[in-house]
Amino acid sequence: MVGIVGYGSYLPRYRIKVEEIAHQWGRDPVTVKRGLMLNEKTVPGMDEDTITISVEAAKNALKRANIDPAEIGALYVGSESHPYAVKPSGTVVAEALGAVPNVHIADYEFACKAGTEAMFVAYGLVKADLVKYALAIGADTSQGAPGDALEFSASAGGSAFIFGKEGVIAEVLDTFSYTTDTPDFWRREGAFYPLHGGRFTGEPAYFKHILGAAKAILDKSGYKPADFAYAVFHMPNGKFPLTAGKRLGFTKAQMEPGWIVPLMGNTYSGSSPTGFAATLDIAKPDDLILLVSFGSGAGSDAFIFKMTKRIDDVRDKAEKLKSMLENNRIYLDYGQYAKYRGKIIMNE
Amino acid sequence: MPSPTYRREMPQRYRLEAAKCKKCGKLFFPPRLVCAGCGSKEFDKTKLSETGTILSHTMIRVAPADFATQVPYAIAIVESDNGVRVTTQVVDCKPEDLEIGKKVKFIFRKLYEEGHTGIICYGYKTVLV
Ligand SMILES: [Zn+2]
Repeated sequence: MVGIVGYGSYLPRYRIKVEEIAHQWGRDPVTVKRGLMLNEKTVPGMDEDTITISVEAAKNALKRANIDPAEIGALYVGSESHPYAVKPSGTVVAEALGAVPNVHIADYEFACKAGTEAMFVAYGLVKADLVKYALAIGADTSQGAPGDALEFSASAGGSAFIFGKEGVIAEVLDTFSYTTDTPDFWRREGAFYPLHGGRFTGEPAYFKHILGAAKAILDKSGYKPADFAYAVFHMPNGKFPLTAGKRLGFTKAQMEPGWIVPLMGNTYSGSSPTGFAATLDIAKPDDLILLVSFGSGAGSDAFIFKMTKRIDDVRDKAEKLKSMLENNRIYLDYGQYAKYRGKIIMNE
Repeated sequence: MPSPTYRREMPQRYRLEAAKCKKCGKLFFPPRLVCAGCGSKEFDKTKLSETGTILSHTMIRVAPADFATQVPYAIAIVESDNGVRVTTQVVDCKPEDLEIGKKVKFIFRKLYEEGHTGIICYGYKTVLV
């Protein structure tokens, strides 16, 4: 059996409310909140980045996996906000966890789906018996341009998953990837903020790929939406995942535990993986879970997981996502937020 | 350029690695070459507990240039649950939240950047539990 042997997440404690951003740019907060189905989002502290978020998420995954970090043979960090342009985030993460030096490292990048890319490769390496354990992380400290719609959603956080063959808590039953060249959202080298194709990001990008990957994995596996206890879809805002799920035949109840975007925002590479982690926090043995990511550019990775009995032994060994979402929140005003996110031009 | 000290101190800064004297059991953080208790030179590798207690704290309001944008920030003397005292930043809190006796946990954070083009230096800080 190949699957997840430990999982963990990390969210920064800082938050900004949608109202605060809306007031700054003269937008009506009620309309924005209703349109995007968002209340607030996480904001990284000035001393947090994709590397520090990855380390904390991975430490929680290690607590649940209860393995020696030196046995991790591959470590992959998926993010669109790697702190270095050249020098893998994974090198620092592996050093901090004590997984060095006998480990294969790579950083992945694919807009919002870099986390599930890391998961896909980690799973494949374990299945091929190339490594005993492989750690996959999806983490981001995403930026939206000031005044842009993305500023309401782009947030920070991440989740880590350790794949292995012994002590599996969620077995991987199937995977499917669906990818095309779709210029819905991009950032050129050196540009600070990404650009997006406005309405073009919906139907031909998000829905085409999410629905394409989900339908294909359902066809391939023979499962129907009703067979699943839970389904998690990438969450660029509150509305898109609920609409996608409904069109596929999933109910709100199946999506609710992983639909954490109203309080978290879109953590990009950490979005669907963190929704999945929140679902693992409450899933029961034998439950089936569908996970479908989406990354602009564009593509979707789909996974079907089946929970094992071991989930009941490990879920309480690290902080649960609900607690991270609801406790120790520190609210920022827009000025503080602009400073924290480096949006203020300073003298050298 | 990255300093050789930074690279050498990674085990303690990144992973809280400490040294435990094989002879008298005293714990040292950062690790040392000779035990201050018994003079022994043999140590076992161990780690600081991930949690500790605030023994004393202060707010920094006038900071060195690299930390100027972070003021006011808290510095505390923390005793780890396995009995080692370290001076560390306490982040993600308001000044009024700090109290002697409160529990903290060690976390991995960015310490400073060597300018806009240099390396990013990481290490431990603490947050209130
Ligand atoms: Zn001694």
